[in-house]
Order: sequence, then structure tokens, then C-alpha cells
Amino acid sequence: MGKFWAVFFTLTSVIIFIVSWISPAMHWWFPGDGNAYSTLGGKIDDLFYLILVIVSVTFVGTSAALGYALWRGAAIKPDEKVWFSHGSHSLEVIWTIVPSAVLLFIALYQLDVWAEYRMKGFAKEKDGSPKVITVVAEATARQFEWRIRYPANGKPLKPTPQPDDIYSVNELHVPTGGLVSITLRTDDVQHAFFVPMLRVKQDAVPGKMIPVWFDATMPGDYEMLCAELCGWGHYKMKAKLVAQSADDFEAWKDKASAEQFDDGYRKPAE
Amino acid sequence: MSTLNPTLDHADHADHGDHSHGHDHAHKQSFISQYVFSTDHKMIGKQFLITTLFMMMVGGALALAVRWQLARPWERMPVFGDMVFGADGGQISPDAYTMLFTMHATVMIFLVIIPVLAGAFGNFLIPLQIGADDMAFPTLNMLSYWFMWPAIFLFGASFFMYGGGPAAGWTSYPLLSLLREAAPGSGDAQTLWLLGLTFVGVSSMMGSVNYMTTIINMRAPGMTLFRMPLTIWSMFITAILQAFALPVLTAAGFMMVSDRMLGTCFFVPSGIVVNNAPPTVGGGQTLLWQHLFWFYSHPAVYIMLLPAMGMVSDMLACMCRKPVFGYKPMVYSMAAIAGLGFIVWGHHMFISGMNPALGMTFMVSTIMIALPSAIKTFNWIGTIWGGRVQFNSVMLYCIAFVSMFIIGGLSGIFMAAVPVDIYIHDTYFIVAHFHYVIFGATLFGVFGAIQFWFPKMYGRMMNETLGKIHFVLTFIGFNCTFYPMHMLGIAGMPRRYADPYHFPYLEHLLPLNQFMTASAFLMGMAQFLLLGNFFYSMYFGPKCGRNPWGANGLEWTAPSPPGHGNFDVLPVVYHGPYEYGSPVSGDKDFLMQTEYVPLAQRVAAEEHH
Repeated sequence: MGKFWAVFFTLTSVIIFIVSWISPAMHWWFPGDGNAYSTLGGKIDDLFYLILVIVSVTFVGTSAALGYALWRGAAIKPDEKVWFSHGSHSLEVIWTIVPSAVLLFIALYQLDVWAEYRMKGFAKEKDGSPKVITVVAEATARQFEWRIRYPANGKPLKPTPQPDDIYSVNELHVPTGGLVSITLRTDDVQHAFFVPMLRVKQDAVPGKMIPVWFDATMPGDYEMLCAELCGWGHYKMKAKLVAQSADDFEAWKDKASAEQFDDGYRKPAE
Repeated sequence: MSTLNPTLDHADHADHGDHSHGHDHAHKQSFISQYVFSTDHKMIGKQFLITTLFMMMVGGALALAVRWQLARPWERMPVFGDMVFGADGGQISPDAYTMLFTMHATVMIFLVIIPVLAGAFGNFLIPLQIGADDMAFPTLNMLSYWFMWPAIFLFGASFFMYGGGPAAGWTSYPLLSLLREAAPGSGDAQTLWLLGLTFVGVSSMMGSVNYMTTIINMRAPGMTLFRMPLTIWSMFITAILQAFALPVLTAAGFMMVSDRMLGTCFFVPSGIVVNNAPPTVGGGQTLLWQHLFWFYSHPAVYIMLLPAMGMVSDMLACMCRKPVFGYKPMVYSMAAIAGLGFIVWGHHMFISGMNPALGMTFMVSTIMIALPSAIKTFNWIGTIWGGRVQFNSVMLYCIAFVSMFIIGGLSGIFMAAVPVDIYIHDTYFIVAHFHYVIFGATLFGVFGAIQFWFPKMYGRMMNETLGKIHFVLTFIGFNCTFYPMHMLGIAGMPRRYADPYHFPYLEHLLPLNQFMTASAFLMGMAQFLLLGNFFYSMYFGPKCGRNPWGANGLEWTAPSPPGHGNFDVLPVVYHGPYEYGSPVSGDKDFLMQTEYVPLAQRVAAEEHH
């Protein structure tokens, strides 16, 4: 019966491994086609897979050791003596130093990507000069929608609303290509700006204006949602991020501006 | 106070109440002082255990309602839904959904996991394992149990407030939790919730002071610090964690109550308009709450884990019939977890908008906390290695603890890495992770501990077959419920969504969620087997002697169940707690801590070796 349980636990680990392995094929994996549509997202995915490999090796190793130890413990003969040991100093040293080296590597290896995402001046071009970050809009979350404010074409975004600002609700337009920055605010409680396909997330905190920058590598519509509990309608802060080429973006802003300021008055025909 | 310096006068009357100062051993206590307002640590431990087992069923029912909504969104929920949400046609409304997961977490964390570890097993085991006749402060101990009840009452009453129960999550982030207009549950319900939390804190603090005093002052002769079972070490370290972390939460709770009721603005910035209410005044910071809350609640994660680690180490050694591998590294790594546990709270706030430089330091400390956890795991495997493994239900729960802790620990690394956390923060990945640690590890450890120490509690064995069936159903149900949550998280499904399928990119996850819900119901039903086994065995289980497992600890030298005052002779300790299979133990494979081996015998064994 003991051997049955050794197999039982080993089999559990095997099944867990297999389920994880087939998950991408079952679409239980990164959304859409599995690719990230931002430079940062690509790096996040790479780091994710790096950790996944390290973790899988550890999981297989420890599961095998546990399974083998259990099998041995079940197969021990009645007259056989147990391994009377209080531990081993050299083993303890090995399994302290090796994991700490691996863990320290994981920790330090991540720092650059974080700095690039969160610290001004750390996102760099290939030649080492800092990337230009364009501030495109202010996104204000409220229960339960997103209100976006853009400056008029050719003007910078001001912290306070301007007469010629352009507004949209639940639809954030950004140009593709370079880094764009959104100023996140909230009117009421805490919310979080989350675009899964771009792997971008940042809380919107009452009383704070938080810049968040990213790039969209491909034009298209991406789903945008709230990731911080904000009340009963948390699940319905459904919005979309529309990434378009710089020209399309400017054209859209002109069109939106024209619609917004249109008061229906037309010059009478002469 | 009396038991700190025990004299013969009250050696068997730890309660030293204003009644029954007789000196005969067979004196009768009244029903009230024996079963209700008992000052006996064993009775208090059992009170905690039975209370938390019932609370586990309550928390489980709330969880099943949450799972129902995720499998069959907006459909009538039979029985439970008809009873509770009859007005809505038995379906769970979105605001009710937020209350359900808030209260599920509240009940499970504050009324089940923390009290079952420190309250039930801490109380029951500390005096027995260190050879004391009771806790240092028996009355304080009694109060620590009875202060749970106002908390249970306040949490329960919060459901009946206008607008329903608190709905801001168990983390209660302001301003959602703070401004009455922000959510239906943020009215009086939230105030009651905060007061309930304070009572839980007071209860834990009383326990913590008591455990520290007892462990430092009341160990039996010969019980040096490094002869203490790892259970005692873990309880000791947990008590220290609680003593240092809890005041911060209590203060934060009072700050929020005063913001809500007295108009202070610790957490309220100015100019916030919620639901068309007048704008707020004030110059507070909502992030302050997150810092204060997690300064307690991250150490609390270890409060919810360390005692289980200690108990599992004890049980593993006994069931593998060999010493714990690396006793001192086990102690040091628990101390390291506790120490590092105080400087990692910021990993809950990576994307909260705090200074990004903090994200870096918190990431390094968080990833390094995996190291002591890894050392412990290797030592557990080392403990099993080369042993004579007894595959009874106690052992099965312990193996489950180790293997589930491996998964829970490894999944933590993904979230500790800040860039990866940007994406998986607040998705189901975190839900998977903490359920693997708190349920997969801690609760399986607790199930094992119940089965293991039940004979000492009631003098009877629990049913082995029922135990195994309960184990298999819970283990399979658990993995099928929670492992797929990792996948949901990677797929970007946010937590706390009443209807994730509202978003096209999550629609295809419905069948997986339905499978998980079915597994969760299986797991929920299996817990009735545990309750049944527990209460049946209490009266009808086969009687057992003092040491049914052939274990070494001091508790096994006392009668089963031990009388008031625990030991019939004062135990004197000669060995560490894990001398299983020792060559000097003669023809048995264990050597109790109280068993003196004459020098001649030790020398003979040495030569024979």
C-alpha cells in the first residue's frame, strides 16, 4: 500500500506537469495568440518563460526526490534499520548556496525591465540615448468607466482641462511606434489600468497623478479593463485601447474634435 | 499568574478561581468552568478547534457561492441562493458577489487559519510539549478565546446592516471601504467589520503574550531551547511575529474607524467625489493604509504558515521513524522567514503607485525569502529519505503539505519578480498561489495535526479509513480547483470579477471554470467526512493509551486525555525530540525525551555501531 501512495504523489506531479505543458494548446495561456503587443510585454514574457524554466526544473527535481524517498520508505524491509541521521552540514551548505545564487540571479536580472517601465530615463534606444516619451492623454477612472482627455493636435497635455481638449469615454486612442505615456487619475476610489495584450498594469490612486508609459507595436483594438476592486461594478469597466499609426491618430483626433465642437450651426446656403 | 512559579499548593489547580480550593485530584468542576469559561489550556484549545472547524464550513459555503457565480453566472443558485437571495430570484447580484468573496477571505483568515494554528494547536500543544502544567496566564488564555466571539458576532452582524455585508475585499483598501457612498457594503457593515478585526487582534495578542511567556519561563527541567520540538519553535516565532505586527493593524483599523466616524482624514485625499456625494476634504493618503495593512498582513501570511511547518516537521519525523533532517537549519530558516517577513510587505504594492525604487528593494527581499522556504523543503525531503514511512492518514496529509508547499512556493517566484508581476498582479495567478500555500500547505498540515493529536485530546483514535477517503477527495478536489487558476491568471483573468465572461478574451475560460467549480463542490462535501469522523471518534473511536504513535514528545508521557495539570510526574528532559531509530533506544525505534539512557548502555551502543 505504501508504494501505491508513493506512485500517487508522483503521478500528481506528473499530471500537473502535463497539464501545464498542454495549457498553451488548450488556450489556457496568454490571451489572444499568446504574443505581447508591446516591447515591454515581450520582455515580460521572456522573463516569465525564464522563471518558468527554472521553476519547472526545480519542480521536477523536488518531485522526483520526494517520490523516490517515499518509494524507498515504503520498500524498506522489516529488519532494515532506518538512516539514523540528524542532518548533514555540507548538504545544508550546498542547498543554501545554490538556491540563493539562482534566486539572486532572478532578482537582479529583472531590475532593468522594471526600471525601463517605471523610471524616467531608463527606457533607452539601441544607441543608448533615452527614448522619447510622448504624453498622449489623461485617463481618469471612475465608478465604472474610463474618461479620457487628449490635448488638441499640436498641443501638449496640461494638468488642468483646456477649452480645446478632446474627450472620449471607454476608448483610449494611442499612436503606435514610440513610447506613449498616459496620466492615470481617479475621480473616486482606487482603480487599476490593465491592458492584458500589452501586459501593462498600473493602479490609479485617489489624489495622485501617475504616469504610465508603454508602446503598442501593432495597430489594433486591445481590451482594457480595471484590475483593482472598485465596487460592485468592478467587472464592468470594459473599455478598449485603440492603437493606430501616428497619422491615423492625428486624423482621429481632428475628427473627434470636429464632432465634439460641432454645435449643429451651419451657414445658410447662399 | 500563579503558574509562573508553581507551588504544590496549586500544582493541580491552575484555575485558582474563587471556588474549589480543595486538594483532592478527583474534584469536580462545574459544567460552566469546565466546558465554557475554562482556564485549562487543553479545553481552550479544543474550543478553538471546534469553533474554527465550524467557521471553516461557513467560509467554505461562501467560497462555493463564489464558485457558483463563476461557473453559472447570473443563474439561480439552488438552496443557498433561494435562501439568501430570494428577492433576486436566487441569483447572486454583483454587489452580493463582492460581499461573498470579502467575507470568504475574512472568515477563512481571521476565524479559521490564524485561530486554528495559534489558538487551537498553540494552546493545546505548548504546555504539553514543554512540560508545563498550564499556560503562564490561564485567565488571559480564556479571554483570548472569548474575545473571538465578539468578532464572530460583529462579522456576522455586518451582513444584516443596510446594504449588506462589507464588500471592499478582505484588504479593505480605502477609499472604497472608507467612504459610505462608495459601495453598498461600505456603510455600517464596514464599521462592524473593522471592529471585528480589532477583536480578532486583541484575541491574538493575548495568545501571543501568553505563548511567549510560557515558552520562555515554563519549560520542564532539561528542556533547553534546542531540545524544543519544532512545533514549539514555530509557535514561539509566530507569537513574536504577532506581537510586533499586530499593533500596526490595530492602529490602522482605529485610524480608519475614526476616519469613518469622527471625520478625520488619515486616508482621505481632498476633492474626491464618490457617487455624486459632496467632495471630500482632507489631505490624507490612501496608500498609507496599504502600507500599514500589509505591514501586518504580510507577517500574518507567515503566522498562517509557520505553525503548520513546525507541526508537520514533528509528524514527519514520527511517521518516518527517523530524526528531523537538519533540526537547527529548520529553526534558523523559520527565524529567517520571520525576520525577512517584516521587510517584504511592499510586494503587495508593486503596481500601487508607490516609489518605483521601492519595488526593486522589495523584489530582492521577497525573492530571497524563498531561500529559507527552499531549505525547509529540502530538509523535509531529507527527513523522509531513508525512513520507515508509515503511510497512514497523518503521513498522507504531511506529504500533501510538502508537495503543495513546493508548488505554492515556486509560483510565488513569478509574482515576486516585479516585471512579471505587472502582468499577473490581481489576476487569478495570485489566487492560485495563496490557496496553494494557505489551503494546500497549512490546511493539509492542520488536517494531519487533527488526526495526529486527536488521541491526546480525547483519548480515542480517529477513523483511519475515513481519514484516507477524506484525504483523497480533498487532495484531488483541491488540485483540480486551484491548479487551473494559475492558467486563468496567465490568461489575464482578473480576480474579484463577478462576470469575467463579459470580456470576449475570457469567454473561452467558462468550461474550465465549470470544471473547477465542480471540483470545489466535491472538496466542500468531503469536509463533512472530516467533521463526521471528528465527532464520531470523539465518542466511539477506539480508546488508546498514552503513546499510540510511538512518538517522543513530552505530550505523549501524559495520560490521554491529560487531566487538569497535564502530567502525573514532572517530566525531566534528556534528549532532543526526534531520537527515532536511535541505536541507544534498545529494542524499540523511539526514545522519549524523558527516557534516561544509562551511560553504560550508550557506550555499548556506540561500540556496537
